[in-house]
Amino acid sequence: MSIAVSFQGVARHFGAVRAVDGVDIDIAEGEFFAMLGPSGSGKTTCLRLIAGFEQPTAGSIRLFGAEVRDLPPYRRAVNTVFQDYALFPHLNVRDNVAYGLMIAGQPRAARHRAAEEALEMVALPGYGARKPSELSGGQRQRVALARALVNKPRVLLLDEPLGALDLKLREAMQDELKSLQRRLGITFVFVTHDQGEALSMADRVAVFNEGRIVQVGAPEDIYYRPEVPFVADFVGSSNILPPALTGLPRIAAIRPEAVRLAGTGLRATVTAASFLGAATRITLDAGGTRLTALLPRGAARPEVGAAVHLDWDAADLHQMAGGA
Amino acid sequence: MRSDRAPLWLRIAAGGGLLFLHLPILLIFVYAFTTEERTYQWPPPGLTLHWFGAAWNRPDIWAALGLSVKVASISTVIALVLGTLCAAAVSRSRFFGREVISLLVILPIALPGIITGISLRSAFSLAEIPFSFWTIVLGHATFCVVVVYNNAVARFRRVSGNLVEASMDLGANAFQTFRFVILPNIATALLAGGMLAFALSFDEVIVTTFTAGQQQTLPIWMLEELVRPRQRPVTNVVAMVVVIVTFLPILGAYYLTRGTDTVAGSGK
Repeated sequence: MSIAVSFQGVARHFGAVRAVDGVDIDIAEGEFFAMLGPSGSGKTTCLRLIAGFEQPTAGSIRLFGAEVRDLPPYRRAVNTVFQDYALFPHLNVRDNVAYGLMIAGQPRAARHRAAEEALEMVALPGYGARKPSELSGGQRQRVALARALVNKPRVLLLDEPLGALDLKLREAMQDELKSLQRRLGITFVFVTHDQGEALSMADRVAVFNEGRIVQVGAPEDIYYRPEVPFVADFVGSSNILPPALTGLPRIAAIRPEAVRLAGTGLRATVTAASFLGAATRITLDAGGTRLTALLPRGAARPEVGAAVHLDWDAADLHQMAGGA
Repeated sequence: MRSDRAPLWLRIAAGGGLLFLHLPILLIFVYAFTTEERTYQWPPPGLTLHWFGAAWNRPDIWAALGLSVKVASISTVIALVLGTLCAAAVSRSRFFGREVISLLVILPIALPGIITGISLRSAFSLAEIPFSFWTIVLGHATFCVVVVYNNAVARFRRVSGNLVEASMDLGANAFQTFRFVILPNIATALLAGGMLAFALSFDEVIVTTFTAGQQQTLPIWMLEELVRPRQRPVTNVVAMVVVIVTFLPILGAYYLTRGTDTVAGSGK
């Protein structure tokens, strides 16, 4: 499988701010790749570097093997779905979708046909004559998607594509994006601060912090085998245990759902308990270390202030490389 | 607590204010039809359409009108180009002194015309530029630019930078982006700004007095005509024409900006 997007030592500094500070990535062709991180972690800047809206301060960016450092956005085989969709307010939906084809010089009839096909693909057939202002947020998002895909890009960039949608719509769009990507076989690179979105959609996830990638891997690796405390904490809020509590040589992470109450094991005090529906989350204090545990439905719920013992399978405890 | 009708005294006051503003203009219209040519006498002793024909046959009026139209057109074109570029720069990028530049651009319209006039006149004579058609145009352009700039800058702020990026992302170069995305979004603002600029230039007196040589624009012609005792109502006929020529663009500009504000605002 060939490499679609490749970063080598890429940096982008804005004055003294190191938005992106030495990033290496290889994104395979046909991959659904997520860049996950808190705001200001450099993930959006990386996306803009691929699109060509930003120039790297240092390093090399290759698209399908070719250096694109000095290529303007309009000469790159990538298209972007913008966070606020950026639909052209003066054009109707059809002309919005056909914009790229119009620029490419396709005759009117052909590009209108292609636009209508693209609108069908995103489940908006017959919406061509409407203005973007007449559409709901979810519909605008689909138009933005159609407008990008109609150009048959080799890489599709999505900047927080589901950020502005409500929960129900977001979940539906997650499945839809995923199946669309499978069907088209295009490389999708998307940026999100929502770990659930990254884990559920992506083939691989890169976790960003302070301008660097701290871990790249499959969603399962990121979730169950965090390499640094930042990943453990940011993705799924793991418990981070110092060596004193585990007897291991290094600090270790364990997911809340892997912690159970037992007759023997680590002594802890329950400080809070909240019912979440499918589970109960309890907060514990073990000799000064704060822990959370997710107890499955039906498990006995301890009183706040009760002394309990905590246990887990050794396999669920994951030692980290250390560092911050 | 809102009543549908304003109190009586408020309505009378409003009516009085409107009368005060517009009655003199009506008088000018009435005197265009009077039979008395030397003094403005009320009520007019008789009504006639004679002065319209008289005005039509005066070559000096046609010359002045032609000059005014030419000056206003060219000043407007200059203002459209410079004002748009300036607005694009100020709204698109952040740079040191941006606010200062914005203020400096707007300043000429706040300055009394007489200051603009005097400073231009001394600048022209310092540079030994002879007064001509072009010095009038330059004088008018100083305040026409402001009107275009003000209209354009408000609209530019609404054309988000994202639209430009989206256009580039979809394959359009800078020129195509301007042609297909920026221009359609600012066109009505430019048209409105251009119409206002034209109207401003068309009836300008003060700056023109300082920057014109022997040329007479229409307002200057009217001013000179008033001191002569002959054919006075002809001036009133011309005044009517000036009112109509300047009023229509202003009205048009008002409707243009009003109509598109809601559309462009909600089209995010």
